[in-house]
Amino acid sequence: MEIKLKLNGRNITASVESDTVLLDFLREKGCLSVKRGCDTSNCGLCTVLMDGKPVLSCSALAVRADGHEIYTLEGLQEEASDFVGFIADQGADQCGFCNPGFVMNTIALLRENPDPTDDEIRAFLAGNLCRCSGYDGQLRGIRNYLNSKKG
Amino acid sequence: MVTIQKYVRAQSLEEAYTLNQNKKNRIIGGMLWTRLGRGSVGTAIDLCDLGLDRIEETEEEFSIGAMVTLRDIEVHEGLNAYAGHAVADAVKDIVGVQFRNMATVGGSIWGRFGFSDVLTVFLALDSYVELYRGGIVPLEEFANMKPDRDILVRLIVKKTPCRIIYSSVRNQRTDFPVLSCAVSHMNGEYRASIGARPGRAVLLRRESADDFPEFAAENVPVGGNMRGSAAYRTHLIKVLTERSLQGLRGE
Ligand SMILES: Cc1cc2nc3c(=O)[nH]c(=O)nc-3n(C[C@H](O)[C@H](O)[C@H](O)COP(=O)(O)OP(=O)(O)OC[C@H]3O[C@@H](n4cnc5c(N)ncnc54)[C@H](O)[C@@H]3O)c2cc1C
Ligand code: FES
Ligand code: FES
Repeated sequence: MEIKLKLNGRNITASVESDTVLLDFLREKGCLSVKRGCDTSNCGLCTVLMDGKPVLSCSALAVRADGHEIYTLEGLQEEASDFVGFIADQGADQCGFCNPGFVMNTIALLRENPDPTDDEIRAFLAGNLCRCSGYDGQLRGIRNYLNSKKG
Repeated sequence: MVTIQKYVRAQSLEEAYTLNQNKKNRIIGGMLWTRLGRGSVGTAIDLCDLGLDRIEETEEEFSIGAMVTLRDIEVHEGLNAYAGHAVADAVKDIVGVQFRNMATVGGSIWGRFGFSDVLTVFLALDSYVELYRGGIVPLEEFANMKPDRDILVRLIVKKTPCRIIYSSVRNQRTDFPVLSCAVSHMNGEYRASIGARPGRAVLLRRESADDFPEFAAENVPVGGNMRGSAAYRTHLIKVLTERSLQGLRGE
């Protein structure tokens, strides 16, 4: 099937199978930040933004992106650079595998709620699993970023 | 994982219904559950072009299209104001925000899953489903119907004055519930909807709240599985029903 979508700000046309998942399609298009963790919609590693909303690309059909706008971390480097240093400073990334999913969902969180409480951060990021850390580093990093903005 | 031969965006409910009469074909909602299955789907029938992704609110009711996501009902102000935040409480721990941006109300209700928080909460409200061929059916009746090849068009929640409290017990925040419980007071009667027994949610009614927790614990059939034993579930039914009734009394 032919699909037309906007990927990281660029209009593209592509041909996909009916059951190609968005994750595989995006990786084929060079978006290697999009990774497969669980493949069962549980871990959040494959998070991308579809029309601004975070979704799991491992579980979405690529054909469903037809007529929509998709952003991966490749297209959001600048927005991510605002806060990723604060997370790194906390040593929150150990193996770092979960990081792209966390960053994508944090972008979605901060767009929807620019000044979240700790509980709101925990609730929004509950669908992002990390096998190395206890999640506190990520939380402290985001908190420090938010505090730094308040001056 | 399931494989799909063909994908069609239906342009009318009649087209979707006709395609769905072939047993090899399947309606897709968020496709999260379907995808984890095995085998092959002939045609995946997508309802996304049919305007069913909206919640319409009138003086009398909420009309929730089948393609509305769990995140949509979680953040809908009108619905949560009416239901005292119970709908948001019911879905907030289902996997994660990204998941809830995809999982649909249609797929969740149609599936009549034993573990469903979604079915549990709506059973305790004055809810109906609109089926393309079957018309409007009370949710309680629908929950007990055998799956056929109809289409769930929307979920209707009447604004019958009601107070409701939702709670669940989970072994871990985003896991399936060990037990889910919604208790409401409506039209002079108390209702307790108990799900994840681990079977499909059941609805009990009682005029008085006095012995409702004991009554529910005695009358809701439960079983054991890897998440909890039958005895533990019976205990939880009593505790969650009691706490919910206390909540309704404002204690
Ligand atoms: C990993 C995982 C964890 C989960 N955890 C929970 C949990 O803790 N609590 C909870 O309540 N739920 C949970 N769920 C279930 C989830 O919330 C959804 O209910 C489920 O995924 C079905 O929704 P869907 O939109 O993905 O439907 P789909 O998978 O697309 O469809 C499900 C079924 O319904 C049919 N269908 C879909 N829409 C229609 C329609 N409009 N008319 C007729 N038939 C239709 C499909 O053909 C299919 O048979 C979980 C699911 C997964 C995969
Ligand atoms: S790979 Fe998509 S949720 Fe884990
Ligand atoms: S840092 Fe290793 S999985 Fe999160």
